[in-house]
Amino acid sequence: MNDIAQGLWQALILVVSLDADLVEITVLSLRVSLTATLIASAIGLPLGAWLAVNRFPLRRGVIATLNALMGLPPVVVGLIVYVLFSRSGPFGVLGLLFTPTAMIIAQVIIITPIIASITHQTIRELWSEYRDLLISLHTTRRQRIAALLWDGRRALMTASLAGFGRAIGEVGAIMIVGGNIDHATRVLTTAIALETGKGAFDMALGLGFVLIALAIAVNLALHMVSNTERGARW
Amino acid sequence: MVATVLPLTLEEVTLHRNGRCILGPVSLEIPGGGITVVMGPNGSGKTSLLRAMHGLERINAGQVRWSGETERVRASQAFVFQSPILMRRTVVDCIAYPLRLSGMGRGAARTLAAQKGAEVGLADSLNQPAHVLSGGERQKMALARALIRDPQVLFLDEPCANLDGRATLDIETILTEARNAGTTLIMSTHDIGQARRLADRVVFLHDGKLVEEARGASFFAAPKSAEAAAYLRGDLLT
Repeated sequence: MNDIAQGLWQALILVVSLDADLVEITVLSLRVSLTATLIASAIGLPLGAWLAVNRFPLRRGVIATLNALMGLPPVVVGLIVYVLFSRSGPFGVLGLLFTPTAMIIAQVIIITPIIASITHQTIRELWSEYRDLLISLHTTRRQRIAALLWDGRRALMTASLAGFGRAIGEVGAIMIVGGNIDHATRVLTTAIALETGKGAFDMALGLGFVLIALAIAVNLALHMVSNTERGARW
Repeated sequence: MVATVLPLTLEEVTLHRNGRCILGPVSLEIPGGGITVVMGPNGSGKTSLLRAMHGLERINAGQVRWSGETERVRASQAFVFQSPILMRRTVVDCIAYPLRLSGMGRGAARTLAAQKGAEVGLADSLNQPAHVLSGGERQKMALARALIRDPQVLFLDEPCANLDGRATLDIETILTEARNAGTTLIMSTHDIGQARRLADRVVFLHDGKLVEEARGASFFAAPKSAEAAAYLRGDLLT
C-alpha cells in the first residue's frame, strides 16, 4: 500500500515538474501507438466491413482465424518482426530494427486483428439492418462498405480505441524490436519494465499511473470530439 | 420523355424456401400506370412476389422481364418496406442518400431532400435523427427516400401496417399523388378497405398461387374465385 502511495506521489512529481525524460517517453509512446492505431484502423475497418458484407469460400475459416489472432502473443510478433528486420533478415537492408518504425510495425500486426474483428461484428449487425435497403438501391460493394462504416462510425471508434488500448499498454514486442534505447526507443511500458527490474518500484508505479492517465485522456478526448454520448440514440 | 420500363412480365415465377415452394408458378403482366394491389391472407406470398419482382429474392424458376436494359430498369424502381429501414443519420440525410449514390453533391442532395421531406409533412423533423420519428413519420421518410429519384415503379410492402387512421390517410394521400404524377405503384396489403380505396388493379394470391387478377372495381364488386370471395367476406382462409 505504501508503494502505491509513493507511486502516486512520484507520478504527481513527474507530471507537475514536467520531467524532461517523462515528456520524451510519453510523446514517443503516443506517437508510436497513435500511428499504429491509425494504420491498423485504415486496414482493419475496411477489412472487417468487407468480411461482413461478402460471401466467399472459407469465409468462416477466415473470420475464425481473425478472431483467434486477437490473442496474438506480442512476444512472438516481436520475435518475428525482429527476425524479418535483423541484418540477416529479408528486410534488414531497411535498417529499421531498434527504431520507432519497427515498434509501429509490430503494434500494427498485433492490433489489426482486434480492430478488424470488432469491426466485423459491428458491421455484420448493421448489415443485417441495412441489407434490403442497400440491395434495393443497387449500391456497389464499395458504396455499401462506405455507408456501413460511416453509419457505424461511433461503434467503430470503440474498435479503434480497443486497438489503441492494446498498443499503448504493449511491452513484449516493442521491447524486442525497439530495444528500450534511452532517448531513442524508450516508451512508458518499456521504462516501467526497466524501473521494475532495477527495483525502483515507486518510479515504475509512477510511470504506470501516468500511462493509465494517458490512456484515459486519449479515450475521453476522442469521445468528446465525436460527441459519442450526445448521439447515443444512434 | 423517359422510356418506360413497363410492362413488367412474370413468366412461371417460382420461389422456394427451405425446400418448400412458397410462391408460384406465377405468370402475370403489370402495365404502366395506376396502383396494383397484391392481396391475400398472411403467408399467401405477397411479400415474396414483390421482392421477386424487384430483384430482392433470387427466383428458382421462371422469368421476371422488364422493358429496357438492366441499368435503366434498376434505376427506375424503388421499394418501401413494411418496417422502414432507418439509417443512422438525420431525416434529411436519409432522404438524400439515394441522390448521393447517384453522384449528386451533398448540398444539392440535401436541398432536394428537404423539399421532398417537406412535401410528405416532415418539414419540422428534417434535422432530427431518423430513429426518433414516430411510426407514421418513419414510413413518410421511407416514402420520401423512395420517391426522391422519381422512380417509374414504386413497390410498397404493407406500407400502412401498424399505423393509425391519421397516418394511414397521410400515406395514402402521398401514394395517390405519386400515382397521379405518373408513378406506377405495386403494393401489398391485407387491409381490404385500403385496397378498395386505392386499387386500380388487384392481384389476389392464396397459398403462393395467383388465384385472381382483375380490375379493382370488378374484383370488389364480383370476385370470380371462391377464395377471393371468401376473403372479401371476411371468412378465414386456411
